[in-house]
Amino acid sequence: MVHYRTLTAGDTAIIIEFGEGIDRGVNAMVLALDERLEGERIEGIVETVPTFRSLMIYFDPLVISQAALTEQIAAHISGIQVSERPSRTWRLPVCYDAEMAPDLGDVAAFAGLTTRQVIERHSGLVYHIYMLGFLPGLAYMGDVPQELVIPRLETPRVKIPAGSLGIAMAMSLIMPRETASGLNLIGRSPVAMWHPGQGALLKPGDKVIYQPISLREYNGLVARADAGGLRIEPVTEPLEVAA
Amino acid sequence: MTPFLSILQPGLMTTVQDMGRAGYQSLGIGASGALDPVALRAANLLVGNDPAQGAIEVLYMGPTIEINVESLRLSFVGANAAIEILPDVRADTGTCVECQRSVVVRRGEVVKIKSLTGGASLYVGIEGGLAIDPTLGSLSTNIRAGTGGWKGRALLAGDRIPLRRSQALDRDECRLDGVSFLPSPRIRAIPGPQLDYFDEGEITHFFDSEFTIGTSDRVGMRLRGGRPLQHTKGFNIASDAIAPGSIQIPGDGMPIVLMADRQTTGGYPKIATVISADLPALGRLCIGAKLRFDPVTAEQALILRREMLSFLKDLANHVVPISRPAPPIAPLLFDYNLISGVVDARYGLDY
Repeated sequence: MVHYRTLTAGDTAIIIEFGEGIDRGVNAMVLALDERLEGERIEGIVETVPTFRSLMIYFDPLVISQAALTEQIAAHISGIQVSERPSRTWRLPVCYDAEMAPDLGDVAAFAGLTTRQVIERHSGLVYHIYMLGFLPGLAYMGDVPQELVIPRLETPRVKIPAGSLGIAMAMSLIMPRETASGLNLIGRSPVAMWHPGQGALLKPGDKVIYQPISLREYNGLVARADAGGLRIEPVTEPLEVAA
Repeated sequence: MTPFLSILQPGLMTTVQDMGRAGYQSLGIGASGALDPVALRAANLLVGNDPAQGAIEVLYMGPTIEINVESLRLSFVGANAAIEILPDVRADTGTCVECQRSVVVRRGEVVKIKSLTGGASLYVGIEGGLAIDPTLGSLSTNIRAGTGGWKGRALLAGDRIPLRRSQALDRDECRLDGVSFLPSPRIRAIPGPQLDYFDEGEITHFFDSEFTIGTSDRVGMRLRGGRPLQHTKGFNIASDAIAPGSIQIPGDGMPIVLMADRQTTGGYPKIATVISADLPALGRLCIGAKLRFDPVTAEQALILRREMLSFLKDLANHVVPISRPAPPIAPLLFDYNLISGVVDARYGLDY
């Protein structure tokens, strides 16, 4: 028996909430339900938004009543298989050079590690994308190793460049565009997270590995990206992560 | 040469909008769209367009636009504004045009839309529409995302906005009859989703309070007035999705109402959500305006949504030629904010 709550968010949305906190198991339920509903194509559902712990379902109450929708969803939740969900894996180049990482020294001091160890630990695991939100293409990747769990900056920066890689609490994020931010910046990626007209590179449930690159390689990839020649595809070979 | 409009002065926040961009919130891009979709539809109907077509949204202070096309039919719908048509860029005075009607302008003439009064938003309908390619299925500009509309941003002086038509069709000018765009100070909302973050007394206090709009833009409005609302278990939640019209209560206890360009997800508890039928009315409210929220149930909201839909279907019947005498106004008088006198007994509030 799966535990969940149904919350009302106005007359055109309900929230199916599987838990309160950030948890892989809870998120897996959210993504599994989302996938299931996508396959079912229930008439009246307008769009769905998966988040850490809940699935927002936008619907037209003139096409399907909230009661009928809730009932159908209950039936789908009882039949959910979480384990077999296929996912894509991405290897994203990241430059941790001091020039791109204004907070790397502070993060190292906070964690009691050298900057080299921070880079090794941060790039030494496979991240899970819990959700996209806040900005177009912004993926919440977790969980960062326990020793790198650090609060947001007390004073957020007014502007950080697109591609900035930052950490805060258990999340690691690559900013799709220039924005204000309280993230601790430890690197930068040349890969565009968002293409106007095409949408987001990543999606919830995808896996991500950070591939450390030098400043020189970074500049080379940026030049290729500017010329429109940087294409990133999901990796097909078996996962190999240095840890 | 492609016909176009020259933006001489951009106004405060002038953007291209349509009915919004559905289906991409899971990728972090919100729906955007007109703050007052009723006015957008009416503006399109006045110039003979499909009601959902893209138009120019004007907030608070309008743009000055030079016409670079042989002739062009425009309409102005929403808040009232002093609108002047000048014979050329050097002229100081011109002829005034009323809102809620269509008009034909000619090459070299300048349309000057001044401050809006009695509402926050005004829509400029363009016969034939704008020659701009949609982004992800919509012409709506999302400023936060820097996507859609004209170059993903508000219009700037010097912009040349391409048009589909180079000559106005030969037909009567029209006006709207019996439709009000006056903002309502009462907005209806369904309590929740995060009701467990507020005790019953705080929820009652919220619906009893009169608020003033402190700041407002396409993302949302910050409200002032009333005692700050207290949370029962903190003001941080693990981010979840944000519906249009969500009323979130951050740490300072003062509500923020989230609108068309809101972020798709956020981490503050939400005490109530404005019903879909009242979102257009919300989009008309100005900075400094007073407002109250009336609690309704999902069942009542459904009735109001149905009424709104039939009103929108009937909107074309409110478009009348200007030359013809007006029909008697009483049977057509329609202010959808006053249609329903529903009272929610659950809350024991006498509205």
